[in-house]
Amino acid sequence: MQLKSKDLLGIRELDGEEIELILDTAESFREISTRAVKKVPTLRGRTIVSLFLEPSTRTRVSFELAGKRLSADVVNISARASAVAKGECLKDTAKTIEAMNADLVVMRHSAAGAPHFLAKLIECGVINAGDGAHEHPTQALLDLFTIKERLGKIEGLQVVVIGDIAHSRVARSNILALTKLGARVTVVGPPTLIPMGIGEMGCEVSYDLDTVLGQADVVYALRIQLERQTETLFPSLREYAALFGLNEERAGRLKKNALIMHPGPMNRGIEITAEVADLPQSVVTDQVANGVAVRMAILYLLIGGGEGA
Amino acid sequence: MPDVLIRGGRVINPANKTDAVLDVLVEDGKVKMVKKDISVKSADVIDASGLIVCPGLIDMHVHLREPGREDEETIASGTRAAVKGGFTAVACMPNTDPVVDNASVIELILERAQNEGVAHVLPVGAITKGLKGEELSEMGELIRVGAVAFSDDGNSVMNAEVMRRALEYSVMLDALIIVHAEDMNLSGRGQMNEGFYSTLLGLKGVPVAAEEIMIARDMILAEMIEARVHITHVSTAGSVRLIRQAKERGVRVTCEATPHHLVLTEALLESYDTNYKVNPPLRTEVDVLALREGLKEGTIDAIASDHAPHALHEKEREFDYAPFGIVGLETTLPLMLTELVESGELSYTQLIEKLSCNPARILGLEAGSLSVGSPANVTVFDPKVKVKVDVSSFESKSRNSPLSGWELIGMAKYVLVDGKLVLRDGRVA
Amino acid sequence: MAFKEKTTIMDRGAIQRALTRIAHEIVERSGGAENLALVGIRSRGVHLASRLARKIGEIEGITPPLGALDITFYRDDIGTRPQPKASVTEITFDVTGKDIILVDDVLYTGRSVRAAMDAIFDLGRPTTIQLAVMIDRGHRELPVRADFVGKNIPTSQREEVRVNLEEEDGIDAVILGEEVT
Repeated sequence: MQLKSKDLLGIRELDGEEIELILDTAESFREISTRAVKKVPTLRGRTIVSLFLEPSTRTRVSFELAGKRLSADVVNISARASAVAKGECLKDTAKTIEAMNADLVVMRHSAAGAPHFLAKLIECGVINAGDGAHEHPTQALLDLFTIKERLGKIEGLQVVVIGDIAHSRVARSNILALTKLGARVTVVGPPTLIPMGIGEMGCEVSYDLDTVLGQADVVYALRIQLERQTETLFPSLREYAALFGLNEERAGRLKKNALIMHPGPMNRGIEITAEVADLPQSVVTDQVANGVAVRMAILYLLIGGGEGA
Repeated sequence: MPDVLIRGGRVINPANKTDAVLDVLVEDGKVKMVKKDISVKSADVIDASGLIVCPGLIDMHVHLREPGREDEETIASGTRAAVKGGFTAVACMPNTDPVVDNASVIELILERAQNEGVAHVLPVGAITKGLKGEELSEMGELIRVGAVAFSDDGNSVMNAEVMRRALEYSVMLDALIIVHAEDMNLSGRGQMNEGFYSTLLGLKGVPVAAEEIMIARDMILAEMIEARVHITHVSTAGSVRLIRQAKERGVRVTCEATPHHLVLTEALLESYDTNYKVNPPLRTEVDVLALREGLKEGTIDAIASDHAPHALHEKEREFDYAPFGIVGLETTLPLMLTELVESGELSYTQLIEKLSCNPARILGLEAGSLSVGSPANVTVFDPKVKVKVDVSSFESKSRNSPLSGWELIGMAKYVLVDGKLVLRDGRVA
Repeated sequence: MAFKEKTTIMDRGAIQRALTRIAHEIVERSGGAENLALVGIRSRGVHLASRLARKIGEIEGITPPLGALDITFYRDDIGTRPQPKASVTEITFDVTGKDIILVDDVLYTGRSVRAAMDAIFDLGRPTTIQLAVMIDRGHRELPVRADFVGKNIPTSQREEVRVNLEEEDGIDAVILGEEVT
């Protein structure tokens, strides 16, 4: 079985079978990262352009490692260093990448839909590494992989996503991916951070963390952007932490095997306390490790194949 | 200028309730005769059999971009686009560079229109200087040199006190205030209608309240002051309801909707195609139905394109960075014929009222009629011909239409502006 | 495409006898089982390796360690055909210094063996690698030969050899057939 598109633009465009394929394939790649020689020749001679037009360290490094462990050549273009900073429009950047015969572009952009725009301009595949408040599909896939690894399944799980749903691409991709594989998702946060119509994406909405905590198999705390406070979306970080922060008292009321997740980087003391972040149920570092394997799987599935028999 | 005889067309002149196959004779720029079987010795004869002959269409909301952005549109190209689309007159909005807030810009526009334009150009002056919403522009002076109405279109007059004074002042001048209703704090950096789709697509939303709050405010002010207001590009079901209620109370309000808000919905933005990016944003199916209902019952008086040309390089961008706007002059008539008349929602007469008679009445023009003695502004269109929208053939300098490739029914064939044949067999003279 | 059976070349008894013989040959040629390790190529090579390990244990009293190798990422036809489904490599012992017996069901072009050797070298530096296969059907495209062979079967390139094993297929049998469209 193959992925249906040359691009990975969002979870929305994937069906359940494709998600399962990526997770299964990632299983094969996890072993490689544990070896002394963390490299296989699979994508030798392939060129991957990592086009990060919004600052990011984790995702960029994760993709770069994934590409290199598959022996692909990975070239980084970042906003500050590139012609984009000099006012080059994305269309020209796309044409330039095309002329360099890249096999795949991994793109991070602050504007929702930018990878879709790029994908229409160029022949080679595009992976969305996060676009505005829209989607971050590889993050959701690595989150699913981590949940499946720890809990053995996705279907039927109750997942609680806490925080700034309105501005979070991680939340959107996770809601879509989890519901596609049969999990039940509840988003929790102040109404100012819950976007209109989110329920139509197939999740429940709650404004009271304490009433939903007890049933959760997974609690997923989102990073709170500190500048939201000045946009009158909540009164203070102190009040946010009191109402929606994951602290020891709340962690104590979780089911015994419930997982605690966070996409990083964490604001310790705000959405999650240091004590909770370091609990054994916290799988934040697993998420990072699995990120490389999942991204290797995606690279392999997108450009490891070809036409013919 | 030779006389023109339009022979054998179905003449629809809502002004005197005519709807019959008749000939129309145009002489010296005026409608000379409308009756059966006119015979003349020498005239430019147009065979209009199978076509509809109606008073010249008026688009009361366009952006001609001149002065300032002549790369996107000029008075010459914009009026050619108008004529191609069947319009004999366009009201152009003041958000040019420089802004139409002083007499010299109006004089420049009218002079260009006189020299290079092929249709009537009706300049709309700014309500406030620089469209800043702070100080009133010299409305009396602007009317004296030719402004037909006032608007800060593109911006909203956010300060209610300033709007109150503008409305009061307009009463003295018997001037029309055209309201672009948008609470700019609520719309913020919004890119599309706020709701399920904006959430799904991760684009910042513009709530319907941003429009409705300002309409409600201006209805209250207009009622208090007894001023005349026209709400431009109405886009929500709530707006239609507010205007309906205001009309019932006797507020002197009229309004118009755009073809795109009458046809397209926010769901189309799934493609992130910036040609769907427009302000006010495309709304939901419920809103489209409410607008159509408003049009049928008469709450919505007119249809206007909000023709907003944009350079290709500005639209070919990330959605967040692309400008708002859709070109509409060359697609309005076919789209409305297809979507409203072919579907049975409006009669030809009703559509002609929305596109000609009512805009003329609202703007106080001597137009919108084919009665004998009126200026010969005439549109002749084929109501049944099938056309495919080809943006590359537009007379407009810009191509930002979401209708590219659409199959539509109907198009303008002949247009007379003050008796002069400016569109002949679908080609601009 | 469908597989059309022509004949059964080996039955359960023949397969068992061949494995017993190969186990003896491995022990004899290696002078014991102390330094041996068996690595099966996924998927049927793994089952064969596992049976060989058991037999060697019966003969020598020492069961050599067993590993499973997935060669997907080392294939030389990546990019020329849709991606094959990848599986996991599970080799928990250190291959460095070991005498590795690489086990596969059918030796044909030799390309899988080449890929398998590359994969093993990414895990460490074995002292020797030898190859054991159930069937050698000829048509080599690379300079590869087997050290231990269950049965040599001359075939035409149109033909296909299937090694069915109880662990995977519910029955032990080697079948010669043809792909028909």
